Order: sequence, then structure tokens, then C-alpha cells
Amino acid sequence: MNRLASAVCTTSLLTVSQLAIAVDLEVTHWWTSGGEAAAVAELAKAFNQTEHTWVDGAIAGGSAARPVIVSRILGGDPMGATQLNHGRQATELIEAGLMTDLTELAEREGWRDIVNPVSLLDSCTLDGRIYCVPINIHSGQWLWLSHAAFDAAELEVPQNWGEFVAAAPKLQDANILPLAMGQQGWQQNLAFGAIMLGIAGPDAWAEVNVEKNAEVAAGPDFKKVFQAAAAARELAKNSNVQDWNQATNMVITGSAGGQIMGDWAQGEFQVAGAVAGEDYTCLPGLGVNEILDTGGDAFYFPVIEDEATKKAQLELASLLISPEAQVSFNLKKGSLPVRSDIDLDAANACMKKGLKILDEGGVLPSSDQNFSPDTQIQIEDLMAEFWTSDMTAGDFQESYSDLIKNAD
Amino acid sequence: MILVTLVVFIGGTLWTIIHSFTSSRLLPKLNFAGLDQYERLWGTRRWLVSIDNLMLYGLLSLLLTLVIGFTLAAILDRKIRGENAFRTIYLYPYALSYIVTGLAWQWILNPDLGIQSVVRGMGWQSFSLNPLNNPDTVMYGILVAGIWQGSGLIMIIMLAGLRGIDADIWKAAKVDGIGTIKTYLRIIVPMMRPVFITALVAIASGIIKLYDLVVALTNGGPGISSEVPAKYVIEYMFRAQNLGQGFAASTMMLLSVMIIIVPWLYLEYGGRKNDR
Repeated sequence: MNRLASAVCTTSLLTVSQLAIAVDLEVTHWWTSGGEAAAVAELAKAFNQTEHTWVDGAIAGGSAARPVIVSRILGGDPMGATQLNHGRQATELIEAGLMTDLTELAEREGWRDIVNPVSLLDSCTLDGRIYCVPINIHSGQWLWLSHAAFDAAELEVPQNWGEFVAAAPKLQDANILPLAMGQQGWQQNLAFGAIMLGIAGPDAWAEVNVEKNAEVAAGPDFKKVFQAAAAARELAKNSNVQDWNQATNMVITGSAGGQIMGDWAQGEFQVAGAVAGEDYTCLPGLGVNEILDTGGDAFYFPVIEDEATKKAQLELASLLISPEAQVSFNLKKGSLPVRSDIDLDAANACMKKGLKILDEGGVLPSSDQNFSPDTQIQIEDLMAEFWTSDMTAGDFQESYSDLIKNAD
Repeated sequence: MILVTLVVFIGGTLWTIIHSFTSSRLLPKLNFAGLDQYERLWGTRRWLVSIDNLMLYGLLSLLLTLVIGFTLAAILDRKIRGENAFRTIYLYPYALSYIVTGLAWQWILNPDLGIQSVVRGMGWQSFSLNPLNNPDTVMYGILVAGIWQGSGLIMIIMLAGLRGIDADIWKAAKVDGIGTIKTYLRIIVPMMRPVFITALVAIASGIIKLYDLVVALTNGGPGISSEVPAKYVIEYMFRAQNLGQGFAASTMMLLSVMIIIVPWLYLEYGGRKNDR
């Protein structure tokens, strides 16, 4: 009896201690601007309410963070979890067996039924296994307009890209920079992508970006895309800021008329206390074609040979996609949630526009899903060159279609 | 020691060169692709711009650092008052990392915060100094920061060389009635040949690895107008996840160093053997 009791005691002790092993899980990400930091704090708070601890490993700037993250995983010093853009950034890491397989958890919780659009989950899938948790949807085709700037120039706030371009000379007369543009390749690439979608329309866009049809990109119909980009370059002349949030700040303060930026700009307006529709206007798809791409962020969990850590990783994965986390995180960040079955009444006007487009299925894959990092950098280099030089629209089209021809 | 040298330097170099002929992406793989990476490299405008920039920066930086370093050293060597203070001031920039130098000069050259606004504040309204935002002048902005950082060290090396010159030489030159500047150029400089070579190697290695200064000052901008080869290597290896391309670029960098160093080594050491 005594022996039995002690045996029972030991087993229960063991189970208890196994359950209660608190793990410090390091989470790396590049969410460092005001709105982003507020959003990630929501996730940390939720995770800290379990017995585990969120150890924050923020690295400023996605293009600086990704090499650090990848080389840590390759170098045998993996973090507990990390943000990456789902798509092709992690493909080789998965192939090398360095990422945790989340398929079991995903099937148990039925991710395939709740994630909307389901293409997000497909981007996490390799050979039928799921390796990441999509956490939000980000689209890059938004035009943000400053009411203060248009009021100062005594103009109506434009409702689409054409009206914006037409209003630009008056803005310049009022000493306002029409288009704020951070001088970084990815921002210039994002703006070009949005202009392409707006001018060429979704079918031609998909032909070039998804099918990588260089003939379409080099064709006469596409010429006007490059001419529009050259015109936009004139509007953004003298924009000397670097980071995207500095450019957004110019729109918030009214020293610039508008900015083409992803929906994450929303978080900055929110932190600054600006109200959608009163202080600023957002035009998805530049107000021309109301279609958004579905890029976004996802969390990957590098393989760590420790049972307690593995458990904590799965708990975090499950938490990230839970309705509560989805609501609190995305409201703060201004991004769209990855599931449609949650209540987002608290969302503001801009987010509701995005949700509506999502419901209507006006979605396209993002460049992270379309192109390898290698191709993306080459395109970004071309963009950086084009936006800061006087390269003609014709040369630009030629170089761009060359890249599309060799893209993978 | 020999083993370490063999494995780390020779082995690492060979490994890199071999993999530059593959189509490795994120992970090194031995799937050979011939000269594809090199063909792409030399067809990439960003790489060509990088090479041009490095040549411009290298040539001017080599020349100006040597001239400025030697001139400063010669002035200090004239036994001026407060030599210690000046020496410290000139050497101080070298104690900073390139990142700090870059950020400091970014502010100094920023039109809204730095020299331009100060001069305009003093009343010269049309004054304009904005090198970093103009593709044609950005390399000169980087050059100024690089020289500011580097010439102090060269000055110290030169000063040590000058102090090693026998005082009798000066006396002899004076007796012969040779002017000071002429003495420096015709007698002292040739005598300081080993010192110059030390300085040359120090400057040249700094030029080839030019990376952090550019990252801190301009990050390659505006556009791609201040890109340098080392930055190309890093970005294609890690950001673009294309090791093959990065290795091909770094092999080209090695090759260009070899092209300069091998004939020099031959002249310097091969020639001397024949004399004896």
C-alpha cells in the first residue's frame, strides 16, 4: 500500500512537473515601429499568461532581420519562434529539416477550415506538410492621403490615383510634396507594384507577376504602367526620407499629400491619433481596382531538441491563430486577420474596406509568394535605380521585362 | 599554426571558389552550373556600378590619405608646440567604428542639420552642400568621411618613420643648402619606403573591405549610386539567399586583389633575390 501510494505520488509529481515546466521562448521579429510594437506586445501579453515567458528578440528592419534570423537557424542557434513572410523565404530551411512540422496541430484545430483565404496556408505548406502559422494579411496596394495637405491646398481629397495625379501641381504650388516616398528599394517596388495593379488591371498583373510572362511586361499595353511610374517619380522628387514610417509621418503631419504604402501604415495613423475618413483617407488598390494582395507575416518554429520547448512552441502556434489573439493583434497593427469567423466590430473604416475586399475574394498572391528572394532583390535594385535616376520609361520597361524573363 | 592557416585561409578560399561555380541558393550544394554565376554577375548593373565606385574611392582615398597623412606627420615633426594634443586629435577618429563615423558624417552632411544649415544660418542663403542625396557626388561624401577616419593612423605611421630618420641627414641637407620641401620629397620620402609600404597595405585593405561606412552613411543610395562590391556580396549571400552569386562576386574581389598584389610581391621580393 505504502509502495503503491509513493508510486502514485511520484507519477503525479512527474506529470505535474512536466506540465509546469515553464519555458523562456525567444521570439524574433522585425515589428519595431510604434503601431507594430503595440501589436506584438498583445501577443507577448497573451503568451505570458500561460506558464511560459515570451522573450522578445526584435530586430529593426525586415531586410536586416531576415539574414540574422536565417543565419542563426543555420548556425545551430535557433530561436524558439520567428516571424518570416510566408512564401519562399523559408523553403530551403524547411527542406533541410530545420523547421518544426505543425501538420498535426493544424489538423487537430482545423486550420484549413478557418484560414481565409486558404492560399495563406498553402504558402506554409511544403509537400503536404504545414510548417508555419499565418498571423495576419498585409496588402501593399493602398494610397494614404492627408486631409490636412489637401485642405491647405484648398482641394477636395481625391478618390483615385488619376485624381491624385491631377491634383499634384496644386499641392506643389502650396509647397506640399505630392507623394512621400522612402528611399528604399522595397518601398519603391511596393509603389510600383501598386501602380501596376492600378493601371494594368488584375489580369495583366497576374500574367506578369504570377505567370512571369515577359512578353506581356515588354508589350505595348504595359507601356503606360512604366509611364505612370515615371510620372509618379516626378511627384516624389525631393522626398529625402528613408524609412517608410518617416514617409507616413509626412502624410500624418500634412507635409506630403499622399503615400503608397501597405496597410501597416494604418498602425502609424492610429498611434498618432488620426481618424480614418476625417484626418486621412485610404484607397485600396489606389482607388482604381479594388483588389489586394495577400502577403503577410507568419510564424515559423525552428526545430529544437527539447520536449518542453517543443510543447511551448506548439502552444504558441495555437495561441497565435486563436480568435482572441487575432483580434487584439490585428486591431493594433492595422492588418487583416487570417480568419473570417471573428468579430472585428472595433475595426476602423480602412480595415473594414480591406475586410470587405477580402470577403468578396478580390485577392492576389503577394510578391513573397510569387518570386524567390533572389529575384525580388534584383527587382528592388532596379526600382532603387529607377526612382532616383532619370532612367526613361522605355529603358525601365526593357530592364524590368528582362528580369521577369529570368525570374524564378 | 600551419594547419590552421591551411584550413582557414586556403581551404576556405578554395571552398568558396568551388561553390561559386554552383547554383547554390540558401544552402551550399554542389550542383555545378559552369560560369552562369559569373555571366550574371558581369551583366548586373549594380555590380558594375559597385566596381566603378570602388575604383574611384580606392584611387582617391589612397592618394589623399597618403598625402594628408604625410603632410600632417611632417608638420608635427617640425617640433611644433602642442604636438601631443594635435596627435591625439588627429588619431581620435580612428578609434571610432565606421558605423559611428558614418552616422556622424550623415548628420554633418545632412542639409537640414549639418554644415549647410549652419552656413545658411550665418547669412549665406544660397550655400548648398548636399553631397549624399546626389548620385553624382555621393561617393565624394563617403570619401571625405573615410579620409577623416583613416588619415590619423597613417599620420602616426608616417610620424614614426620620420622620427626614425637620422638627424644627421637633416644637417647634411642643410649644409648642402637644400630647401626643406625638397629635402622631404627627394631624400626623406625615398628613405621611408618601408613605411610607405606599410601605410599602403593598411589603406588598401581598408578600401577593399569598404562596407560598413557605406551602410551607415547611405546604405548604397541614392538608388544604387554608392553601392560597393563587399555590400553586393553580403546582400546576395544572405538577403537574396543566393550563395552562388555572392561567392562569384567575392571570388572576383579576391581576383582583383591578386591582380594588384602578385606583381607587387614579385617586384618587391622576387627582384631583391636577384640582387643578392
